[in-house]
Amino acid sequence: MYDFAYHRPATVAEAVKLLAADPEAKVISGGMSLIPVLKQRLARPSALIDLGAIPDLVGIAVSATTVTIRGRTTHAAVAASAEVKRAIPALAELASHIGDPQVRNRGTIGGSIAHHDPTADYPAAVLALGATVHTSRRRIAADDFFTGLFATALEPDEIVTAVEFPIPEKAAYVKFPNPASRYAMVGVFVAKGPMGVRVAVTGAGAHGVFRHAAMEEALAKSWSPEALEGITTPAADLNNDIHASREYRAHLVGVMAKRAVAKAG
Amino acid sequence: MPKVSLTVNGKPVTVEVENRTLLVEMLREQLRLTGTHVGCDTSQCGACVVHVNGASVKSCTILAVQCEGAEVLTIEGLASPDGTLHPMQEAFREYHALQCGFCTPGMVMSAIDLVQRNPQGLSDREIREGLEGNLCRCTGYHNIVRAIAAAQVVMHGKAKELPRAAE
Repeated sequence: MYDFAYHRPATVAEAVKLLAADPEAKVISGGMSLIPVLKQRLARPSALIDLGAIPDLVGIAVSATTVTIRGRTTHAAVAASAEVKRAIPALAELASHIGDPQVRNRGTIGGSIAHHDPTADYPAAVLALGATVHTSRRRIAADDFFTGLFATALEPDEIVTAVEFPIPEKAAYVKFPNPASRYAMVGVFVAKGPMGVRVAVTGAGAHGVFRHAAMEEALAKSWSPEALEGITTPAADLNNDIHASREYRAHLVGVMAKRAVAKAG
Repeated sequence: MPKVSLTVNGKPVTVEVENRTLLVEMLREQLRLTGTHVGCDTSQCGACVVHVNGASVKSCTILAVQCEGAEVLTIEGLASPDGTLHPMQEAFREYHALQCGFCTPGMVMSAIDLVQRNPQGLSDREIREGLEGNLCRCTGYHNIVRAIAAAQVVMHGKAKELPRAAE
């Protein structure tokens, strides 16, 4: 790892100020993706701005219609939250299967979506539930947030402060983990609720998480696994690597989607 | 040089580190607490698991400076000063839950966090799932699961003595 300066601000405003003053600085939340990147010297930030001492960034609030998870809330906290389990059980379950227990004790929702790893689980939930991303300066709709591989709509000096999920009528997430790394080779989140019927696919897309229009249309007409019969996923824009060909991933999207609809009930 | 002040195994310490120093490097190389092992150094194997503020974490994937003010517990901090082992350590010994022993410190630290978070008790399957972040290259998982199943009974106060392994 190359060395860097280290800042530990106590407020979001202070963190944004530090970030704005140094274009080469990076924000660190749980660090579960960033520290491995630094160890491999794939990045050389001038400074790390640690969100770890900002109490305002931690917590879960549930209203009659929404679940709001603050940015630095860990996966373990979401997975264990009785309120999240009650309001959006699919979200708590997704969080309970990210990485392993030690990763879940450190990794955070804000870090996960800001990083937008194409195999991450949370982006599928954010997109399928039609969540709103709250940042240090504005609110961004999920449809506008994920802009490409490891890319988001966040400005260089913008920090995710919370994610607000509308509570759906039905939702479920099913993934096919890579047998070795356990990252999602394909993960499909399906939801029916105030934002309509939405299907988001992670792990498969060459440009990161994406919505599946054909499946959404079919499920809007009939919410059942059978409704997805015969719907194919174009393989051209899917990942192709030693773990799975793009054609295999395209096939898995269909299988995971059907399982997710069956699970959502 | 940056300084970090924290509590390690109940003792307050202040250590000079680089910002890039990993917690495990500080523990092993500066505090000479070499019970915490580095296996893969890529946050997969779990040999380096310690507790930070009561939660199990991979100490190869957290910076020492991120632990300012934290309470860190390592394998060296488990036994009582008189040498009495923690019930989880005792169970690992009783059930022969180790072969080469390299993964053992991380297994024990992960297992304690797992049991503490599940006061309702864990099935063997749940124990196996809970160990997802720890690899044993001797593949000695079976006795590790048996040890944890036995230790949880003592840790939850449902028995005073560890159930003995069959002769």
